[in-house]
This record gives sequence, structure tokens and C-alpha cells, in this order.
Amino acid sequence: MRRRRIWIGWTVLAAALVTAPGAYAAQLINGAGATFPYPIYSKWFDEFHKKYPDAAINYQSIGSGGGIRQVLEGTVDFGASDGPMTDEQLAQAKVPILHLPTVLGAVVATYNLPGVEKLKLTPEALAGIFLGKITTWNDPALVKENPTAKLPAIPIVPVHRSDGSGTSFVFTDYLSKVSPEWQKSVGSGTSVNWPVGIGGKGNEGVTGLVKQTPNSIGYVELVYALQNGLPYADVRNRAGRYVPPTLASVTAAAAAAAAKMPEDFRVSITDPASADAYPISSFTWLLIPSRIPDKAKGDIIKQFLGWMLSDGQAMTTPLNYAPLPPAVIDMERRAIDKITVGG
Amino acid sequence: MTRGSYRRRLLVERLMFGATIVAAAGTLSVLFFLLGYIAYQGGSSLSLSFFTHLPTPVGEAGGGMANAIVGSAKLLVAAALVGTPIGFLGGVYLAEYGRGPVTSSVRFAADVLNGVPSIVLGVTVYGLIVLPAGHFSTLAGGVALGLIMIPVTLRATEEFLRLVPDSLREASLALGAPQWVTIVRVVIPAGLRGIVAGILLSLARVAGETAPLLFTAFSNRYWSEGWLQPTASLPVMIFTYAIAPYDDWHRQAWAAALTLLALVLGANVLARLVLRRGIALGRAS
Amino acid sequence: MLQRPAVRDAGTRSTVSPRGAQRAPRPSPYGRRPSRFADVTFRGAAFTFALSVFVITATIGVELWTQSAQARAAFGWSFLWTSVWDPVELHFGALPFIYGTLVTSLIALAIAVPFGIGAAVCLAELLPPSIADPATFLIELLVAVPSVVYGLVGVFVLVPIVRTLGGPVSDVLGWIPLLAGPVYGIGLLTAGILLSVMIVPFIVAISREVLLAVPQSQRDASLALGATRWETVWHVVLPYARSGIVGSIILALARALGETMAVTMVIGNRPQIVASLFAPAYSMAAVIANEFAEATSKLYVSALIEVALVLFGITIVVNALARLMIAGMRTGRSAMA
Repeated sequence: MRRRRIWIGWTVLAAALVTAPGAYAAQLINGAGATFPYPIYSKWFDEFHKKYPDAAINYQSIGSGGGIRQVLEGTVDFGASDGPMTDEQLAQAKVPILHLPTVLGAVVATYNLPGVEKLKLTPEALAGIFLGKITTWNDPALVKENPTAKLPAIPIVPVHRSDGSGTSFVFTDYLSKVSPEWQKSVGSGTSVNWPVGIGGKGNEGVTGLVKQTPNSIGYVELVYALQNGLPYADVRNRAGRYVPPTLASVTAAAAAAAAKMPEDFRVSITDPASADAYPISSFTWLLIPSRIPDKAKGDIIKQFLGWMLSDGQAMTTPLNYAPLPPAVIDMERRAIDKITVGG
Repeated sequence: MTRGSYRRRLLVERLMFGATIVAAAGTLSVLFFLLGYIAYQGGSSLSLSFFTHLPTPVGEAGGGMANAIVGSAKLLVAAALVGTPIGFLGGVYLAEYGRGPVTSSVRFAADVLNGVPSIVLGVTVYGLIVLPAGHFSTLAGGVALGLIMIPVTLRATEEFLRLVPDSLREASLALGAPQWVTIVRVVIPAGLRGIVAGILLSLARVAGETAPLLFTAFSNRYWSEGWLQPTASLPVMIFTYAIAPYDDWHRQAWAAALTLLALVLGANVLARLVLRRGIALGRAS
Repeated sequence: MLQRPAVRDAGTRSTVSPRGAQRAPRPSPYGRRPSRFADVTFRGAAFTFALSVFVITATIGVELWTQSAQARAAFGWSFLWTSVWDPVELHFGALPFIYGTLVTSLIALAIAVPFGIGAAVCLAELLPPSIADPATFLIELLVAVPSVVYGLVGVFVLVPIVRTLGGPVSDVLGWIPLLAGPVYGIGLLTAGILLSVMIVPFIVAISREVLLAVPQSQRDASLALGATRWETVWHVVLPYARSGIVGSIILALARALGETMAVTMVIGNRPQIVASLFAPAYSMAAVIANEFAEATSKLYVSALIEVALVLFGITIVVNALARLMIAGMRTGRSAMA
């Protein structure tokens, strides 16, 4: 009998320990979505938590498709996506969803080709590789633009996203603009019917696959290639120049759009006309409901957004994201003020 | 038997038995390789910070999985609360009262539930609990895991109660005890070892489940308060970190795998030890 | 000399049934009324929990059926043999996933069955119990290793091995469609090999028990007729245990069909049907795991739930088959598999 009491005692104690809130009583806010900006978001949320320990923003990078879906179903407090929501998706929302841009980033073509440090790709070549029309690295189309590179006669392994992805949206949006065949047979979206290639989950998964698979090429956000020491290609833009993805070239891509930013911030900046622009750049957005019933959560979200537009923007360049253009920041502050909080 | 020299038949015997030894040795060596490799990779990545720190931002070192370890513990508690009563009492019914179509359909349902892939259970719990509640939660994850526990616990309870000899029941009834007292104070204590072993094994099984947690408990970079918030868990962290490209995350994934493996194998060994003591006529203790 | 076995009548049902005893209640210190009430209550509670198992399983089936209604209405039976999976055009067909699931499971069985039955024969017929028992225990520990841990080892150990070894094999034998390149390392073969490691313990454990249950008289008779020990195993013991062994194989198959995490990490996530074993593919469980949280249109979600429904249906059938065959062979031994 005594042994049973001891067992019960331990169980109760364990349950209490496991359930007790403890000294850590922060307000938890859940967000999910894009893997594209995950490196800067995880830095931001960590720094914000250090500055305001009462606020804990738990962001899970599950892909833009997941962010859109979960914010529509209301299972997270906010979403994130680099593919703007379509009108049909917006219509499904119970509360109107705002797109608030956070940073600018570049989608780069990263590859695993030992011995080839620099690759130059035309838009047609990129489309051809992912359409399955260009199958080996020493294809004439590639050799023509890269005469000095040691391109082997080995099949190319394209790597794409297996999950719903804003990065995929940006990449396929670009390919649809530069390749009529791509536009006709595949189209653009967060999930498409890829003609060839293997699938990785998240920017993380694609980077991992490219890193481990020789002769592969995938599309990822710039930071992922940099953080993992993977080379990436220069892409020829509409003006005919080969532009590497840098902070300057990404900012140049956004310049024209920033001047005439629509009210809802949904804009695509792929394939811009500017000569200095990197052609596969994109804004990335936080998907915030315009009415947040929970006052505590709403206040923290608005506070974070304000912090993000001031202190947060200063943290972008060390992580190789481009900050937002000043005109966009001003517009966004006005939009944030319109978010209503509380019942 | 065929004609042919006896020597040839002996040779065939030696060859075939040799092949079976290769098969057994091969299977065992895979196990040893698996355990050894995980021990090596995980052991070299284990550190105090792994057990005490929260995850750090991408690319920064020093992160740990403290919240995932606690999260997994909480999920197991919730799963046990859901799965054990249903499995245990259901098994009691099947063993002590069961007869007729209800019993067979319950048994069939338990077999079906046992075979349902855990991802399908996660999808169902997402639709039934997460969506109406409006958020991911430890509770939803616990329910999904508890559902997986039910068939194993039920089967173990039923089998071990059936193994208790009828003479015990008859003796108790002959002394005037009602049936429920017989079951609760005589039969169940007698079969308790097997039932405990079954519960331990089912807990060990759900401790490693990842798929159902993806849509129910989700994940969390911070501590999870109470039961209604998403929570990190060891299996989900292993999955997330394993497919990412960061070497630091890979090391943490190995450490987590070693931790999880140690817990799961430890529970299995414990369960077998409990069983091996035999289905003894347990003392009331 | 036949003796009455020792009094451990486990498994024999006595003629004096507990229910019979209840028909003639005796005066008891607990009193008649309270005990009847307590009996009824306890039985009712146990019945409720037992019934809840049935209700839960039925709810899962109903939930899957209703949530997949939109996809079923849109595609009908052709869902099962369409191989297009296009989230943009909203054309969905489950054939690539059914293909991937079946092929990986078959590869897994092709490897696990010879190894499993061979190991079981060794452990049951060759080795003395003092070695065989611990060895079986160790092999059964493989069942306990979580799927995601298998996936982890698969990604970092098996994939490079398949890539390094498969490359030359494909170069030489690539004219056979089954072995055509390119070899990525991830793909059907890798997933199949990983699955085989995961399911082999089922076959070993159950087959060994089944072999041990074959009466010694059968072996003795065969040996007495002049057969070698191997011939006895091959011609007498194995056929006698056949249904149990087949049951264990089907059980292993059921487990392989539903495996999610390990397969997702090494199969390549590409919905296609290609003859080569080295080709990346997709399985039903893997596509649900990857795409469910992110499917943004109702039809897309419904299609994924229909895939779950198909998987549910297949595993029910296979599991039922397995249990039937094993139950036919086993006699009252504890079945914690």
C-alpha cells in the first residue's frame, strides 16, 4: 500500500512539474510560413524577445504555402509568404489579411559542380534546365555563355521544392515571364507540376540536397547558399547584363516597384527593366489579420511590426537581405496603424 | 528422398544453414551498426547546452533542445492519459466480459486502429481538434499519440488478463466477492506485470512518432506553457534539423536521436524485464 | 509416461464459468444490492471504453470519407489510375503515390523475407536457446527504433552509399530499365532498403515463434525417415508453419505501407512513375506529410485526404489478412507484435 502511495506521489509531482508555468510567463504568439526569410526572421524574433522578454514569437518555417493555409484557417496568429496570396485565397479569409513587406531577397540558382566557381546563366538556359530540355552540363547553350568553365558531360540534377513555397512562386513567376514555353506548360504558383527534378522540403531541404548531390542545381534564397558555402550563378537580366545577386542589385530590382507600390503591397519584382537589377528578386510579406481580437497578442504584433521597420531593418544587411525602400516603410507604417486590436 | 550421394545432401545442408547464419548475423550486425553509429555521432554532439538551452537563431551556435525534451515528456503524459484508460478498460472488458458481436467488432476495430498509419491519425486529429480549437496544441498532439497507444495497450491487457487462470476467479467468487471486486482486486493484480509492460512498450512506441505531431503539436522555439500551446518535441526537431543544411543542426539532430533512442530502448528493456519476471500471482503491494 | 501437467491451467477455460456463478448469487459480505449496482456500473464503464475504441476507429473512417468528398466527386474512381499531380491546374491522381508505396514495400519485402526467414530458421532450428533468446530480443529492439531515426541514418549513411555504389552499377547495367540512371542516392531503392531494415524484425520474431511451435514429432518423423536436418526444415517444418510465416510477411508489408518519416527523407519526393529503381518517387504517406499543412485550395486538401483514405483502406485489408493468417497458426501465445 505504501509503495502505491509513493508511486502516486511521484506521478503527481512529475505532472505538476511538467504542467507548472514556472517563472517564464511570456505571451506566446504563433506564426508560420516562408522559409525564404527564415534566417532574418529567426534573428528578429530572438532579438525582439531579448528586448521584450514578455513577448515570445514562435515562428515555424514550413513554407509559404503552409503560412497562407494556416493563417486562412486561423490556426496561427500570423503567416508569412514570398508568394502573395491570390484573390481567391484572400476571399477565403474570415478577416481581411494584410500583406506587410519585411525585406527584399534574391532567389539564386545554386549548384554543386566541383571545379566550376562561376556560372553564367541566361533566362532561356534556366528555363531549359528546369523544363528538362537541357539535360547535361556540357549542353551547347551552357557552354556558349561559359566558355572557360569545365562543364562535364554529366546529367544535370535539378532540385525543386516539394512543399508549397513562395520561393517556388518567385522562381516560376520569373520563368513564366522569360519563357513562353514555361508559361504554357507549367505556369507559376507556390506548388507546380515540375517536369523534372527531385524535391526538397523548404529552402533548407533544397540547400541540403544540392549540398549532398553532385551535379545538381536548385533555386534557394541567397542567404542559404551563402551560409552553406554553395556557389550560385549570375543571371542575365532583361537589359542583357549578367548581374550577381547582391544587396545593391536586389534593391535596384525593387526601385521601380517601390515608386508605384500598390495599396495592398502585393507586387512582383521579377524580370525588371533596370540594368543593375538582379532579375529574380522578391519582397517577402508577413500576413497579418487586419483585426486581432486578442488585445495582448495584437499589441505585441503591432509593437513588433513597428520595431521591425526601425531596428529590424538595420539587421538585414549583415544577413544579406536588402532593407525595404524608405517609401515602402512610410506606406507600411500607415497600414500598420489601421490594424484594429481588441474586441 | 532423392537418390544422390549423402555427401551432396550434407553439403547442401551446410550451405543452407550457413546462409541462415549469414542472415541472422547480417540482421544483428545491422542493429549493432545502427546503434553504434548513432552512439558515435550523437555522443560526440551531446553537451550540457543541448539539454539546457533553447534553440538559437539560424546559424548561431550554442542552441539546444531543452524545450523539445520537456515537450516530448508532456506529450507522453497526455498520450498516456488518453490511451491508457481506454486501452486498459477496453482490454478488461474484452477479457472478462466479452462475448458476442460487440466484442469481435471492438477487437477488429482495435486491429484496424493499430494498422492505421500515424500520419492518417494526425490528419484526422487536425480536422477534429486543431481546426475547431483554432490553434495547434500539446493536447492535440497528446490525443493523436494516445490514439496510437490504444490498440497496443488493449491487446496487451486482454492477452495478459486471459492468461490469468480461471481458478483464481473461481476462488474469489466462491469466497463471495462480486465480479467487479474479483476483477479489480484479484485478476488485474495477477496480470499487472504484462499490462505494465504493454503500457511501457506503447509509450516507447509513441515517443518516437513524428508524423502525427506535424499537424497537431506543430513545434515551438520557446517553452510551451500548459497544454494549449504548440510544443517542440524530439522527433519533430530531429526531422526539421536533419533535412536542413546547417552542420550545427545536424549535430543536434544526432544528439537528439541518441537521447530518443536511449529512452525508447531503455523502456523496451524495462518492459521485457518486467515481463520476464513471469505472469506471477502478484502480491498486493 | 504421460503425467497430468502441473497446475498452470493458462488457456483452458473452466466449465464453471464466472457468468454461471453469478446466476446463483450467494450472500456476501458486500451485500446483494450494492454489489449488483457496482457490478453493473463497472461492467458498464468497461463496456463504454471498449465501445469507444470502435467509435474512434469509425470516426476516423467517417472523417476521412467526408473530408475527401470534394475530391471524390471531382475525380471519381479515375483518381486511382491518374498519374498527374498538378496543384496549379488542380488535376490530382494518386497513381504515382500508389506506385511508390507498392514498389518500395515490394523491394523491402524482397530483401527482408529471405533475411527474415533465414534468420528465423537459424534462431529456431540451429542455435541453442541460450544464444537464440538474447539474439531474438536484440533483433526485436530494431522495432523500437523510431522511424525518424531510421530516416536520419538513411540520409547520412545509406544515401551516399547508394549513390557511390549505384553509379558504377548503373553505368554498366543501365541498359536494363530497372537499373537505369541517373543515380541520385535518394529514390525507390534507398527507401526500399531502409524499409527492409525496419520490417525484418517482424518477420524474424513471428516466424521464429511459429517455427518453435511446430511439434517436435514432425521433425523426429522426418529425421527418422533419413532426411538431413536441412531437408527436414525445408520439406517439413517450413511448410507446416507456412501460414504463420506468410502472416508475418503480410504484417511486415502492412507496416511498410504506412511508414512515413523514414521514407519521406530518402525517397526523393517526386510524383512520377519510372521503371528504374534508382529513380526518385513519392509514397502516399510521404505526400501527405509534405503537402498537407500547405495545401491552399479546398480541392487540394480534399485530394490529399482522399490519398489518406486510400492508404487507410489498403492497410485495413492487409492487416486483416495478416491477422487471419497468424491467428490460424498461433495458439494462445501472447501477441504483442
